[in-house]
Amino acid sequence: MIPDLGKYAAEVASAYAVSLVMIAGLVWFSLRQSAKVRAELRRIEAKREQKNG
Amino acid sequence: MQDDPAALKYSRMKSLWEYANPKKFMQVSGAMLPWAAGLSALCLVVGLIWGFFFTPDDYRQGSTVKIIYLHVPAALMAINAWLMMLVTSLIWLVRRHHVSALAARAAAPVGLVMTVIALVTGAIWGQPMWGTWWAWDPRLTSFLILALFYLGYMALWEAVENADTAADLTSVLCLVGSVFALLSRYAVLFWNQGLHQGASLSLDKEENVADVFYHPLLVSIAGFVLLFFALVLLRTRTEIRKRRLQALMNRERMG
Repeated sequence: MIPDLGKYAAEVASAYAVSLVMIAGLVWFSLRQSAKVRAELRRIEAKREQKNG
Repeated sequence: MQDDPAALKYSRMKSLWEYANPKKFMQVSGAMLPWAAGLSALCLVVGLIWGFFFTPDDYRQGSTVKIIYLHVPAALMAINAWLMMLVTSLIWLVRRHHVSALAARAAAPVGLVMTVIALVTGAIWGQPMWGTWWAWDPRLTSFLILALFYLGYMALWEAVENADTAADLTSVLCLVGSVFALLSRYAVLFWNQGLHQGASLSLDKEENVADVFYHPLLVSIAGFVLLFFALVLLRTRTEIRKRRLQALMNRERMG
């Protein structure tokens, strides 16, 4: 049920597509970076605990 | 002592500064993050679907008016993200709170994406409406410079090895860039030859966008603000963990 966008359909659709892709990319990148750093920190902390105790 | 208003104010101020403590920040931000993320997703979905599917066409702009639901919130956040970075940078410069400097660093890529969305959606709208993708209009130009400042700011963080020096230098860059952040907001008021129209929203103006466009726009703006907030929380948490990781690795190398 795409609304009738008339003669500007390409403009409106591309504005939405570009923006949503950019936002999704930013969220994905932030989540991936968070998971990576978190896993690395956990690994190092576990290693330290092993060494110390 | 407790009744002394100055002392009370001081203790309240002190409790505010507790959030600058990384441990406390991790605790509070961890609890807030799911709420901020969920609310942001809800507002974005409602605002954008409402705007895209359930608003009429404008009698002059046709369906391109629907671009407003992306363009205005993104532009608003592009400017306000920089102003948030300005505040946190000043807190770093004056009070040396590391979390504050890291929050500014975490916000920059989010602000950059908002600036690029504003520029791209503006160009896509401008092509059919103004007959051009781009004009060296004061507002557009200061927005382009703001985007370059975001890039420079992020590059400077990467380029300087010492973390405290990097925070100092980027904070100063942020102060300078604030001129353009504010210019992109107010240029339209004092540079009459600009192509860009005045503010779409303001509380004191008689002529605003019509209510049918206004309400979904408000929801969309709330979604963008919450998205920014959630992303900055998430990314600041990552920066704090990165800092701790670096410290642990240095210690390991020493010992």
